[in-house]
Amino acid sequence: MSRLRTRKRLLNAAAVLMVVGLLSAGCGSRVGAAGAGGSSSSTCADTSGSSVKIGFLNSLSGTMAISEKTVHDSLVLAAEQINSSGGVLGKQLSIISEDGASEPTIFAEKAGKLISSDCVAAVFGGWTSASRKAMLPVFEGANSLLFYPVQYEGLEASPNIFYTGATTNQQIVPALDYLKQKGVKSLFLVGSDYVFPRTANKEIKAYAKANGIDIKGEEYAPLGHTDFTTIVNKVKGAGAAAVFNTLNGDSNVAFFKEYRNAGLTPGTMPVVSVSIAEEEIGGIGLDNVVDQLTAWNYYQTIDSPKNAAFVQQFKAKYGQNRVTSDPMEAAYTSMFLWKVMVEKAKSFTTNDVRNAADGVSYDAPEGTVTVNGENHHIAKTALIGKVGPDALIHTEWSSGSPVQPDPFLKSYDWAKGLTG
Amino acid sequence: MQALFSQLVAGLSLGSVLLLAALGLALTFGQMGVINMAHGEFMMAGAYTAFIIQRGIADAGTSLLLAIPLGFLVGGVMGLILEATLIRRMYHRPLDTLLVTWGVSLILQQAARDIFGAPNVDVRAPGWLSGSIDIGFTQVPAARLFILALAVAAVLGLSLLLKTTPLGRRIRGVVQNRDLAETVGISTRSTDRLTFFIGSGLAGIAGVALTLLGSTGPTLGTSYIVDAFLVVVAGGIGQIKGAVIAAFGLGLLQATFEYSTTANIAKVMVFVVVVVFLQIRPQGIFSIRTRSLA
Repeated sequence: MSRLRTRKRLLNAAAVLMVVGLLSAGCGSRVGAAGAGGSSSSTCADTSGSSVKIGFLNSLSGTMAISEKTVHDSLVLAAEQINSSGGVLGKQLSIISEDGASEPTIFAEKAGKLISSDCVAAVFGGWTSASRKAMLPVFEGANSLLFYPVQYEGLEASPNIFYTGATTNQQIVPALDYLKQKGVKSLFLVGSDYVFPRTANKEIKAYAKANGIDIKGEEYAPLGHTDFTTIVNKVKGAGAAAVFNTLNGDSNVAFFKEYRNAGLTPGTMPVVSVSIAEEEIGGIGLDNVVDQLTAWNYYQTIDSPKNAAFVQQFKAKYGQNRVTSDPMEAAYTSMFLWKVMVEKAKSFTTNDVRNAADGVSYDAPEGTVTVNGENHHIAKTALIGKVGPDALIHTEWSSGSPVQPDPFLKSYDWAKGLTG
Repeated sequence: MQALFSQLVAGLSLGSVLLLAALGLALTFGQMGVINMAHGEFMMAGAYTAFIIQRGIADAGTSLLLAIPLGFLVGGVMGLILEATLIRRMYHRPLDTLLVTWGVSLILQQAARDIFGAPNVDVRAPGWLSGSIDIGFTQVPAARLFILALAVAAVLGLSLLLKTTPLGRRIRGVVQNRDLAETVGISTRSTDRLTFFIGSGLAGIAGVALTLLGSTGPTLGTSYIVDAFLVVVAGGIGQIKGAVIAAFGLGLLQATFEYSTTANIAKVMVFVVVVVFLQIRPQGIFSIRTRSLA
């Protein structure tokens, strides 16, 4: 009897939770809709005063906070520097920060709030592809601007988003070129099970087929997967020359610990990772990842006066033990790019900024970057790095000059079948 | 053949991880019926204990061995506080307990983020635990052997405690028939408190052990809590041996399925097996017959 009653109560509780969930989802879409209907041609941003509002939208709580908090920090640094050197078009930036809470629906809801109730001139943030895809219709509907600072799987070019991280032909394709050049004849693909690794691996397989590289295996782990014994056993058994790793988040820790415990080393079977930056090395444990390879467009060790200043200023503000990484640098750069675009357009309006975007260039810590007005990505130099004993990543190979962004891989013959 | 043996070892080792994570829960959920969603965060507390000790004592071996009893203490004390402040008030409201302890788990995660920072921290494994040991037909990572040994030791210790000590007798008495136990003069209040202390302490030990395998961060607990509940439910309420068999069974199933399919499919198949099993045997592998009315 009591068991039956308990079950009934459980069902009731589940029903209440579902109703609450539906209600909050409904609220989210209503905010977004108001943004879309309120002003179709441009945002309600008020640029008449001595300051202009901009929005930061990063996950400050939840599972992605570990990564996105660092992007938030470097955005704050960029805004402070812009303000202390006179602002944008003479106006001081005032920051409105929102927490995306690692939930795509909350990203969409907060983006709507920033655009239509805070009336910001532009929004900076987002990390996961899921959060970007959730925000995209909100920004397009309200014709507002988002600056997205993380490398991603490509195949997207929204007129309302500027992508300042790498697309695949600036990160994954150069990594494959590097491996091919090193004489690697076979690969094992390990990734987390969601859109980025799946898309990236599709492209890797197309490249491999065209270049005579043998794919020995392909394994996906659910996000947050903690036990890699079986996957590492499969990697070990397959005997590939190298591993291409698109795992995301905490799984990397478990994977690399298991990899080392199983007796696999960078000497016998190197791992190329596209989601491990300076920030993550401490958490994985230097011993587990030393001498492994990474593919990015920026490393803290880049030897240039511009980067030395960036690193020094970041450490002065946040502490000497902090490090700078690719997404942080891309976020920092995105705000300066926006500043140059606005000053070129002499206007904060979305359409004016967008029209001014093509060819805008900025001397960033990673080197000179240039905005492509057609696909809204930026030309940036590709770098293969190796994790050093100092827990930083050192450039092993460089593309030499900035690689033009090609999010749909139109200029590659082997990618013909992918984008259809 | 080689693959078969290494998957057998993988399954046993996964089973021992599950067992360590679930053992404390087998006590607090299995024996006391408290649905404690913050159990995972007690593991996290144990893991951070290992991290703090390693900051004080540089030698990874000493600090690990020291972290095991201290992790037990930290987890246990946190459990005591939770029991005394919240859970005590809702012993007859399991659903409210679920929501309240879930809230506590979120608070603890954010507290860890504020104290230790959002990024994962690194707990170094001692030299004698990195690398593999050759056991003839296959190689086993030393860290996994250590966890297997720790899990076996924890089970033995717990069953000795339950079987041979006066406290163990009281715990079993209270579990089998609370009212009758109270009538014969057992203080159910202090028994509850001690049981919860031990159960939460075991979570702390699990946390220390997990630093050898995975990431040490605020969300460490959430990755294991569902599997831990699965083990206890499949094993049957109220019996430690049920949890042992369920943990190794699920570990072997997961390893076998994962080798022949993928990690995702394996997870689904394990859940399907457990659901089907619970349809046939809702009480789990073992259950205790009791005259109590609850």
